[in-house]
Amino acid sequence: MTTPSVAVDRPGQWAYDGWAMMIRHLQRLRSAPSLIVLTLAAPILMLLLFGYVFGGAMALPDGADYRAYLVPGLFVSIAANGMMTGMITAAYDAQRGVMDRFRSLPVSRSAVPLGQALSEVFVAAVAMVPMVLAGLAVGWRIRGGAASALGALGLVLLFRFAAGWIGQYLGLLLGNEEAAGQLSSLIFALTLISNTYVPPTSMPGWLRTVAEWNPISAVVAACRDLTGNALPQPGAAWPVAHPVAGALVWSLVLLAVFVPLAVRRFARSGR
Amino acid sequence: MLRAMTTYAVLSEGLEKHFGKVHALRGLDLAVPEGTVCGLLGRNGAGKTTAVRVLTTLSPPDAGTARVAGHDVRTEPHAVRAGISVTGQHTGVDGDLTGRQNLRLFARLHRLRGASGRARADGMLERFGLGEAADRPTRTYSGGMRRRLDLAACMLSRPRVLFLDEPTTGLDPVSRDGIWTAVRELADSGTTVLLTTQYLEEADRLAHEVVLVDEGRATVRGTPAQLKAEIGSYAEVVVEHERALTAAADVLTALTGSAVVVDAERRTAGAVATDPTLTLPLVVRELDAARVPLIDATLRRPTLDEAFLRLTNPAEETAA
Ligand SMILES: Nc1ncnc2c1ncn2[C@@H]1O[C@H](COP(=O)(O)OP(=O)(O)OP(=O)(O)O)[C@@H](O)[C@H]1O
Ligand SMILES: [Mg+2]
Repeated sequence: MTTPSVAVDRPGQWAYDGWAMMIRHLQRLRSAPSLIVLTLAAPILMLLLFGYVFGGAMALPDGADYRAYLVPGLFVSIAANGMMTGMITAAYDAQRGVMDRFRSLPVSRSAVPLGQALSEVFVAAVAMVPMVLAGLAVGWRIRGGAASALGALGLVLLFRFAAGWIGQYLGLLLGNEEAAGQLSSLIFALTLISNTYVPPTSMPGWLRTVAEWNPISAVVAACRDLTGNALPQPGAAWPVAHPVAGALVWSLVLLAVFVPLAVRRFARSGR
Repeated sequence: MLRAMTTYAVLSEGLEKHFGKVHALRGLDLAVPEGTVCGLLGRNGAGKTTAVRVLTTLSPPDAGTARVAGHDVRTEPHAVRAGISVTGQHTGVDGDLTGRQNLRLFARLHRLRGASGRARADGMLERFGLGEAADRPTRTYSGGMRRRLDLAACMLSRPRVLFLDEPTTGLDPVSRDGIWTAVRELADSGTTVLLTTQYLEEADRLAHEVVLVDEGRATVRGTPAQLKAEIGSYAEVVVEHERALTAAADVLTALTGSAVVVDAERRTAGAVATDPTLTLPLVVRELDAARVPLIDATLRRPTLDEAFLRLTNPAEETAA
C-alpha cells in the first residue's frame, strides 16, 4: 500500500489551494441562507435559554453574575460547533462525485480539509459579532485590555480551526450524513460536561476532573480570564488553572492529532 | 522499428484490483499510443470504471504496473495528476455551486490564476453552451448540461490524457453529438483520450482502437473495422416455401463452412461468413444453380453491436 502522496508544491501553493477551497465552502454557504441565520442565532438562543430560564437558579461563588459567566462560555461553544459543521460537511462531501475530481487534481491532499477548516474560522469570526453584542446587552463586560480581549478572540478562532479538523475526520469516518447528524447531538453533550454552563467545582469529584480536562474548559477559562471575568477555582486541573497556556496547548495537540488523521482519511476514502 | 518509437500515454501491465471477494481487474493490459482515442468496451461490471479509477490514481492497484502521461500511477501519483483530467461515471461538479463558480474553482486548482483563469473558465462555459445557465447552482442543471460542465472542467487545463467514463450515458442524441464533437476536437489537437462506453456506436465514431474488457481483462482489441472484419459478414436468404430451406441451407454450408441458422416461420437461412472473398452475386449464383426459389438474399457487414455480442459471448453463439 502506498502512502498518500503529498503535493510537491511550495507552501505558498498549498495555502493558495486551501484558500480556493475555502472560497468554495463559503460560496456553498451563501446558497443556504437559512443555515447562516441558524448559525448566527443558535448561540444567542442558548444565551437566552441558559441566561434567563436557568440563570435565576444558578448560584455562583461570591455571588458573581451568571450571565457574565455564561457569555465567554458561549463564545467557545461557537468554536466547538465547528466540530458539527465540519463533520456534516465532510460526510456530505464524501458521497459526492466532486471529491473524485479534487482527488484527481494535482493539488495537495490536505487542500480540501484545509479549505473547510479555514471557512470554519471565517464563519466563527462572523458569528462572534452578534454574540459579543448580545453579551454586552445582557451585562457581560470586557474588563481587561483590548489586547487581551483580542487574544481571547484568537483562541476562540484557533479552537474553531481545530474543531473543524476533528469534525471532518469524524465525518469521513462515518461517511454518511444521517450518522453525522445523529452524532452532532452528542457533541452538544461535550459542552455540557465542561465549565461552559456551570462551574465544575459544583460537580462530583470524578466528573469535575473530566470536565476540567475537557479541552473546551481550558478555552472557556482563558476567555473569562482574558476578558476579566475569571472566577476563583481552587484546586483546578492544570489546563484550567493556567487557562491561556492550557487553551493553546490543547488546540495544538488536537491539531497535531487530527490534521494528519483527516488528511489520511481524505486521501484514502473512495477506493 | 516503428513500434520502438511509439510513446504510450497509457501503458498498463497486469493490473489487478480486488474489492473483498470481487476480483474487479484480473491482469488488465492496455497500451494507448500518444494522441489516439481508445475505447474501453464492456458489459456492466466488466471493470471499466475500476480501470479508469486505477489509471487516474483514485484507487491504488493491488498488483501490476501502470504508466500514465509518462509517470507511474503508484510511485508518482502527483505527477500523473498533473497530466490528466478525468470525468467519472458520476458527475464531478459541485451541485451547490454555480457553473461559473465550479469552473473558476477548478481553474484556480489548475494554477490558472487571477483574471486569465477567470477568463478561461468563462470561455469554456460559452464554448459548451452553458453561458446562460452559468450563474445557477448546477444541481438545477439537466443531466446533459452537467455532463457538458464536467467536460468543460476536464478541458480547462489542456490535459495530455483525458479519461471519460461513459461520457454520454443517459444523454439525448443532440447532447451526445455535442460531446462527441468536443472529444473529437480535443483528440485532433493531440490529447490522448481513453473513454469507456457501452455504446458501440460511440466507440465506432470516436475510437481509433477498441478494447473489449470482460471480467477485468482485455479480451479483444483492434480498430472498429478490424473487430467487424474478425467476425466476418452475415449471409441470409429468404426462400419461397419451407421445402426449399434444406437446399438453401446446403448451399450456405458449402459456401461459408459454418453452421446455418434456419428459421422455418420466416423461411430464412443464414450463416456467418468469415471468408472476405465471398460476395453477394456468388451467393445468388450458387443458389440459382441449385434451383432454390429465392425471394431475397443479403450479405451484410455486422454492426459493432453484433461483433460485441459475439466476441463477449462466444459460448452462446456456438450454442445457437
Ligand atoms: N468500491 C467497490 N466496492 C466493492 N465492489 C466494487 C467497488 N467498485 C467496483 N466493485 C465491483 O467491481 C466490479 C467491476 O466494477 P466496475 O464499476 O469497474 O464495472 P464497470 O465495467 O464500470 O460497470 P458499469 O458498466 O456498470 O459501469 C463489479 O463487480 C463491482 O461490483
Ligand atoms: Mg462503470
